[in-house]
Parts: sequence; C-alpha cells; structure tokens
Amino acid sequence: MSGQSSAGGIHHWWAQRLSSLALIPLSLWFVASALTLIGADHAHFTAWVGEPGNMLMMVLLIVAVFYHTGQGLQVVIEDYIHSEAALRSSLIATRAFVYIGGVSCLLSVFTIAFRS
Amino acid sequence: MNTGSTNTAQTNDGKAVRSRPLSPHLQVYNPQITSILSILHRMFGVALCGGAVLLTYWLSAAAYGPDAFARAQWFFGSWFGQVLLFGLTFSLFYHLANGIRHLFWDVGLGFNMSVLRASGVLVVLVSLGLTVATWVIAYMNAGML
Repeated sequence: MSGQSSAGGIHHWWAQRLSSLALIPLSLWFVASALTLIGADHAHFTAWVGEPGNMLMMVLLIVAVFYHTGQGLQVVIEDYIHSEAALRSSLIATRAFVYIGGVSCLLSVFTIAFRS
Repeated sequence: MNTGSTNTAQTNDGKAVRSRPLSPHLQVYNPQITSILSILHRMFGVALCGGAVLLTYWLSAAAYGPDAFARAQWFFGSWFGQVLLFGLTFSLFYHLANGIRHLFWDVGLGFNMSVLRASGVLVVLVSLGLTVATWVIAYMNAGML
C-alpha cells in the first residue's frame, strides 16, 4: 500500500499539501460563484459553466477536491480500520468513490460546455 | 489492552519488554481545545465527502437537462437542502481555516502552546464569521433579505 512505504508516504504527504494549497483559492472561488448561482435556471447555469475561465476553475476544483478527498479518506481509514480485509475493501471503495465522482463531474462539465 | 499504566509487557515468548507509548485513547483522554479542534477537522473533512456528492449531483443534473437541473435547484432551496448546505458551509470554512493552521505547523510555525490555543480560537471565530457572512449574502441574492 502506498501509504505504508517510505517513498509512497513522502509522495502522499507532499500531494496532500499541494492539493490543500490549491483548494484554498479554489474553494473560496467556488463559494463566491455558488452564491451568484442561487436560483439560477438551466440556461443561466450552463452559460456560466461554458465560460472558459469558469470551466477551467471548475475542472481544477474537481480534480483537487476528489484527489484531496481520496487522500484524506485513506488516512482516516488507515488510522481506524485494522482488519486487513476491511482495510483493503474500504480503500478500494474509497478509490471507486473518488474516481467515479471525479469522472462524473468532469464529464458533466464537458457535456454542459460543449453542448451549449 | 495496555493503556500505558504498566511499565512492562510480555512478548509471545514470555520475555519482558518495556511498553511503548501509545497514541491517546480518545475514551480516556482529557478533552482540550487542541484535541477537540483536531478531531473536528477530521469529522468535518469526512462530512465534506457529502459535499462532493452534492457537487456531483448538481453538475450531473445540469448535464442531463433543464428539468433535472430545476429539480436539483429546488432540492438545494428546500429546507432540507438548506440545512445540508449550511452544515457543509461551516464544515468547509472550518476545514479550510484549520487546514491553513496545519500548513503553518508543516513549516514549523505556531507550536507554542499559547499560540496553539489562540490560533484554534481564531479558526472557530473565522469559520463562524465566514459561514454567517455567506448565508447573509445567500439570502440577499435569493431576495429573501
């Protein structure tokens, strides 16, 4: 498991810090943006996502959010789950969750942006 | 389980060894602001996974079309949706502010006990303030304030 080898551990540590740093501006941008989209209809929302700057920020946000989520959940799981079988299956479930969630979000953004 | 109260323990072959320090057992650990803020960081981090799910729902609904998106917008505006979003707003600002505190620790700053407590109080105040400010703006933008 990557979290248990020393090289993997250092990579994990740095990756966690980098995604944390990236998420400071990205999450503040997201909250500020979401506030302007309260009550927005479909046309307004898709036009907003389709703007290049917003699309770039959304893609970066999605990658950072799901990467950081996967890493954070892995650390929590490794701390609290000690049975080998439960540990492995939880880590696989975590991977599945972040990959499926992240890819769905990215596909949705591209669908919205390139259809309108 | 050895909670650190004895100084020696037995190995399988019967040899006595010095017991090693264990990480604090939450059940027997005297709660302090530092430890409470630390466990909250994790709890809110896990809660924010729900935020990732709602983000996925919001974007997918918009990709599906106007009807699905209208349902999603209705859900987020419903009382249940608002309660969820309010909790997620506080979780996000807390995890963000305390995460910045963690980044300072990573470069070796802020370990002095008085600084540690003061930065903890600051994290709580900042996350409460940002949550309230966000929701005041939200209700103003919704035309309800």
